[in-house]
Amino acid sequence: MSQELLRISTAGSVDDGKSTLIGRLLYDSGGVYEDQLQAVRRVSRNGLDLALLTDGLRSEREQGITIDVAYRYFSTPRRKFIIADTPGHEQYTRNMATGASTASVALILIDARKGVLPQTVRHASIAWLLGIRQVVVVINKMDLVGFSEQTFFAIREAFQRVQSTLPDAQVYFAPVVATEGDNVTQRSERIGWFKGPSVLEYLETLPSEENIDAPFRMGIQYVIREDGHRGYAGQIASGVVKVGDTLLALPSRRVVRVASIPYYNKELLAAFAPSSVSLCLADHVDLGRGDILADSDHPPEVARAFRARIVWMSEKALALNCPYLFKHLSQTVYGEIEEIHSRLDVTTLTELPAHALEFNDIAMVKAKTYRPLFCDRYAHNRKTGSFIVIDPDTNQTVGAGMIDAILHQPATLPRATYGNGLTVWFTGLSSAGKSTLSREVYEQLISKGHRVELLDGDEVRKHLSHGLGFSKEDRNENVRRIGFVAELLTRHGVITLVSAISPYRNVREEIRERIANFLEVYVNAPLSVCEGRDVKGLYRKARSGSLPQFTGIDDPYEEPLSPEVECRTDLETIVDSVSRIVDAIESRLACGKVVNKNSVQTEERVIDVSL
Amino acid sequence: MSRTLSHLEALEAESIHILREVAAEFSNPVMLYSVGKDSSVMLRLAQKAFYPSKPPFPLLHVDTSFKFREMIAFRDSVAANLGLRLIVHSSMEDTTEETNPFRLGTQRCCAVLKTGALLNALQKDGFDAAIGGARRDEEKSRAKERVYSFRDTLGQWDPKNQRPELWNIYNGRVNKGESIRVFPLSNWTEIDVWEYIQIENIPIVPLYFARERRMLVRGESLIPAEHPLPMMPGEEPVMVMCRLRSLGCTYCTGAVRSTASTVEEIIQELRMTKKSERENRIIDHDQDSSMEQKKREGYF
Repeated sequence: MSQELLRISTAGSVDDGKSTLIGRLLYDSGGVYEDQLQAVRRVSRNGLDLALLTDGLRSEREQGITIDVAYRYFSTPRRKFIIADTPGHEQYTRNMATGASTASVALILIDARKGVLPQTVRHASIAWLLGIRQVVVVINKMDLVGFSEQTFFAIREAFQRVQSTLPDAQVYFAPVVATEGDNVTQRSERIGWFKGPSVLEYLETLPSEENIDAPFRMGIQYVIREDGHRGYAGQIASGVVKVGDTLLALPSRRVVRVASIPYYNKELLAAFAPSSVSLCLADHVDLGRGDILADSDHPPEVARAFRARIVWMSEKALALNCPYLFKHLSQTVYGEIEEIHSRLDVTTLTELPAHALEFNDIAMVKAKTYRPLFCDRYAHNRKTGSFIVIDPDTNQTVGAGMIDAILHQPATLPRATYGNGLTVWFTGLSSAGKSTLSREVYEQLISKGHRVELLDGDEVRKHLSHGLGFSKEDRNENVRRIGFVAELLTRHGVITLVSAISPYRNVREEIRERIANFLEVYVNAPLSVCEGRDVKGLYRKARSGSLPQFTGIDDPYEEPLSPEVECRTDLETIVDSVSRIVDAIESRLACGKVVNKNSVQTEERVIDVSL
Repeated sequence: MSRTLSHLEALEAESIHILREVAAEFSNPVMLYSVGKDSSVMLRLAQKAFYPSKPPFPLLHVDTSFKFREMIAFRDSVAANLGLRLIVHSSMEDTTEETNPFRLGTQRCCAVLKTGALLNALQKDGFDAAIGGARRDEEKSRAKERVYSFRDTLGQWDPKNQRPELWNIYNGRVNKGESIRVFPLSNWTEIDVWEYIQIENIPIVPLYFARERRMLVRGESLIPAEHPLPMMPGEEPVMVMCRLRSLGCTYCTGAVRSTASTVEEIIQELRMTKKSERENRIIDHDQDSSMEQKKREGYF
């Protein structure tokens, strides 16, 4: 029962017999049931067409093609196999990249009569780009070339020329007749000159790479809290973790120790990739979703700007310098693609100049994120080097990225930091209650003896931002100026409360990224409630048309995706809201103090990773 | 130290990762609990994912009123034992006409009692993610299903408009009213589920184990005689040694002749069998692509 799992991707077109080969693998390994066979016999044109076993949806059967990635399962006593089956033509890049992303072996089909075709090269190179280094080249339809050894070796030689452009690829060639089963699961007597194992025999012996030898990395997905228990839950991306290990937590850069690894009804002493675990730490730290735990001797890189290979998967072309969401491990951050360096021609494996990135293109780009990614190069780690790109307007997954190099930004002046500063950013609609709450919080903090400053959006517009209007650009400029001042104050140990509508998410994220210690408070009340309150009479003006571009009416408010505190001012009392905000501030300050108390070791680590 | 995970450990790790993503990223997720073996495995995975806490989502059962009595009893005891919130949505509330497969045919009966009722139940509580135990190996149209399957505001599935899914990075972003169906058991096969039940010692409904049951024998089919059945002249339920290989409504879930009365014996039987898991399901055979049709409308 302790078989290993091996994930395989295949690609091929209608004619080269890929569906037949998969059908044959399923059939010969006993993965097809009698009633499924009968269903296929009923629709087979002549005899038993094994290709129909894997032919999925009605729409594609009508068109006689497969249109998407389908997953198939079969097993032998030694292995469980998952095959990601992808079509060879329509939208091939998107589908093949998807299928290859989780596979450790690529199965590439060649029709013996046709030899190496442009699409063969495409398949091989996309699999290689996605990180697959183990390739099985199935030279099919050998019966139609008279089982010719010469033909087999000619094709092998032709493929080896392609292989020379794919460093480290390890390739196995097998002459096959998928319709009859020669060399699929059983060795063929008809192809007596071939002495190697059958395709299945070979697949049974291939190692399934699981990233155990790479340094430890785990993105925190979820924090399990229960009566003083705090488990940091995630799936180990790479490496091994043991009780007692010292890990580096990012982005806080705290060095922490693993106290225990509870696993349902047992306690583990060690765990390795790709297990899903929950780690309890010996140190009192406050980590959350999106944070990363890593090998402290081999930390990941800190990337704000990087070069990446992107597979574009949307019919809408890439918009340069526009915000997209990047999901990496358990973190989702805003970022932009700033430049397209080149586009890859996957048929000739050459880089071409490019100015646009369109559907099914693969390009090398320069990207930046508003918050840093803690990552590795994809060549070193497929889990921590990959990300997806999401269009925030449509929520569609539009791209898949593989980090090729971290771009280090020019060194800046070392920034002095004094004491325990913090920016608390109140965002929300006009009349949601930002000023009320921020003033209350301000007074409470003062009375507790903290150093506090309050920057109110309306006040700032009278001097620092005097003359700015309400266009998107002007609004962003206003918010950036406030952010700049808040950053200065924070660095000098002041708790800085900012109260500003700050309607655009990406600018808030940009400021969060710039300020080391940042708390976002979403002051939330439904538009109808705010409009009912209309403290300054602005909604009335906006409705009457005398105040254009008013947030919530004819200008958007982009609500925070993961604010540290959210106050529903229509549902809770001012006292409740204020006390939750003050609690959040004080617990954040307490965390900061622990950092300062920590020994010099932590300081060194800080330098280590920020290089 | 260097070893690799067994296939069950690897599948478990993948499923737990998916469940935690859902709990972290959605504001109101729910787990569809159908009482069957796949649901039982899914529930165990959820217990493991959030241990020592309870899974942070309620269970939802769509009760067509034609389920086996043993299923209902088992469902209630599981929810009580684990201290989980169980929402039971009674399908009959969604229809005023007399609904059963004899009157409407299996397609329409399913459309009303399962698909329609499920959509109503999800909408009523505004769930933005519904976790289900469907597996890709069950049926051809499911082989292409994503782990995160996007549904529009009407709960509809468009097989051509699904988000590409790469690595283990899932895109769970939805607008208000839209939702995601999540399938953490996507990569499990029937035998994986049974092997996991065995090594984890997971309680399952006794209906899966063979014993003598009252059945209406009609051709090859064994139809459980639990709810009133329209019988043909000369037909009479008899006691048959059999078990249920998959569970659904009594009318549409045929039993199979079997003597397998332990999990081990079931696994042995599955290794020998020549028939697929759903062969005794009457609902999948109506039309050649009947499952795809139902999925488009919002069926799991």
